[in-house]
Amino acid sequence: MLDLRQYASLGAALKDALDRWPNEVCLIEADRDREKVRLTYSDFKEMARPLCRALEDADFKAGDRAAIVMTNQSKWLISAYSLLFCGGVLVPLDYKLTAAEHLQLLAHSKARFLVVEYHLWRAITESPEFARLAVEIVLVTEAPAGADLRGAYRWEEFRRKGEPQFVARQREDTACIVYSSGTGGRPKGCVLTHDSYLEQCVSLTAWYPFWPGVRYLSILPTNHAIDFMVGFIGPFVCGACVVHLRTLRPEFVRDAFVRYRITYVSLVPMVLKNLERGLRAKFDELKPAKRLILDRLIGLNKMLTRAHPHVEFSRRLLPQVHRAFGGELRALIVGGAFTDPSTLQFFYDLGIPVTCGYGLTEACTAVTLNDLKPFRADTVGKPLPGTEVRVLNPDSDGIGEVAVRSRAVMSHYLDDPEQTAQTIVEGWLLTGDQGRFDVDGRGHLQLFGRKKNMIVTEGGKNIYPEDVEAVFDGLPVKEFCVFAAHYLWAQNTLGNEMLVLVVRLEQNQQFDDRLRKEIVARNRRLADFKRVGGYLVWEKDFPRTASLKIKRGDLAAEIGPGAARAGVVEI
Amino acid sequence: MSAPTNDHTLDEVLNLAASHFKVSREKLTPDDDFFKTLGIDSLQALDLLTRLEHHFRIELPDYELQGVSDFRTLANRIRARL
Repeated sequence: MLDLRQYASLGAALKDALDRWPNEVCLIEADRDREKVRLTYSDFKEMARPLCRALEDADFKAGDRAAIVMTNQSKWLISAYSLLFCGGVLVPLDYKLTAAEHLQLLAHSKARFLVVEYHLWRAITESPEFARLAVEIVLVTEAPAGADLRGAYRWEEFRRKGEPQFVARQREDTACIVYSSGTGGRPKGCVLTHDSYLEQCVSLTAWYPFWPGVRYLSILPTNHAIDFMVGFIGPFVCGACVVHLRTLRPEFVRDAFVRYRITYVSLVPMVLKNLERGLRAKFDELKPAKRLILDRLIGLNKMLTRAHPHVEFSRRLLPQVHRAFGGELRALIVGGAFTDPSTLQFFYDLGIPVTCGYGLTEACTAVTLNDLKPFRADTVGKPLPGTEVRVLNPDSDGIGEVAVRSRAVMSHYLDDPEQTAQTIVEGWLLTGDQGRFDVDGRGHLQLFGRKKNMIVTEGGKNIYPEDVEAVFDGLPVKEFCVFAAHYLWAQNTLGNEMLVLVVRLEQNQQFDDRLRKEIVARNRRLADFKRVGGYLVWEKDFPRTASLKIKRGDLAAEIGPGAARAGVVEI
Repeated sequence: MSAPTNDHTLDEVLNLAASHFKVSREKLTPDDDFFKTLGIDSLQALDLLTRLEHHFRIELPDYELQGVSDFRTLANRIRARL
């Protein structure tokens, strides 16, 4: 691994990595069962060089912002490297957002450049808001021959000959602006410095190192904080290999484990559950005698790995299970949302270590991680090296708000000093998550719920009520407001999170089937993971400020004790 | 069984979804939110897409399912590639 303490920027570290391991494979891209790209570090450098030169010629300067809207693929990483090489600031956007949302975040980030896949660009150009796009240069990948690109350049043709000049950046300079939320309401662009990423990378690789020969399967979107770090920066500064899949179909993901003998993979709970479902179904198909043997072997493995994992031993004990994962898997890394402890335990008992962690975009990637000494399904692990975690104002059970301090924490929210001041107080990042340190005194953090008005889906998506309300604008009621259910009715658990639409009817208005259908129809205009789970009819006017904004906190404080959660009608 | 639609592709999508997820065909209608009706997550929806690809002998990129949550739109996406 490169000694990252010697580097001032991500660009400088990545540039050296390409020279350090020229013959190691750094990137594989497969579409279904077809391998499309296989690059060594030297090949990667050759691919990036003409793009860097073209960026120079296009007057891309230090500190210029460039957004990337792409699915996981080789051009994502080549573009990101080239932009960092030229001193740029990356703005990785979630490709699953709508075109209108992309346009909104592009405007908020003030990106000068945009790198985007053709199908996503087509959606952006078809948006009614397209005319407002202020990006100067757009590079579109994989556009079909003859397509009208509406003034954009083809990524594949945006190349110049010659040797580009590396643009140095300092540790305190901005490396990335990553949006943790805010497509409908108030955008939260987390400004993360080169220092944040380099420090976080050192911490993570201290516990989970990469080395040449390691193959990391990149499934989470690369715009997501976890994959950007462990599916790009981490492997590259260690000479390891990243495997991209152009499809997330479960059968091709399963094939990839075997085909590429994957070493590590990061997953959100939804994917982990899908794998669990598949395995359990296979186990259930076994004849009783074989099933009995399997259960005995799992029991033995469980007993012998209680203190810490013995991956080599488990592979010999349960070879068929491990072969299904390629036979070289060292750990499944799970994060991004609450994971059911029974699912974690299921995999660990099979001898597949599952590393559960806790993090948030505001803290770069991860705050805590399980070090597997021993495995604990009921916690999110210990604070990473260099990370301080405190529990503020603990109650009698020791539960309070989790606060974090480390060099990896973001510098601020872009153009929003007010939200920054509310979130970073005296150097501590207030997470809005409720937790406590486990009573065993070993420093494990346990999470118990959220204080903030937002939910995290099993797919690892942060959804803020303000971001979905626009779809209900014009609903024929007196007023409405969306809340996270736990924000109205506090609960000391995570999981089963949902949004609730609270409606106040006009005088003499009845809640009829027509209104219900209208709510359902509007809800369905939202992406499936953003939809509200139910509605509640509230009988009082909403409290409002002098400027007529709803006082969300006051309203929640009224609804919580004034209505039962059972009164929420699911839709 | 709920009345077949006049759309052959749509009928086939509904029939395949019913058999793949082992639900009664009569419970499914063209404008159903299939996540809700079938009680599935987005990965299970991708599984259905694979089944549909095999049936119609086409290849549908994952992004074709992005933002799609009802059978009618799904059938339209498939028809565009037939």
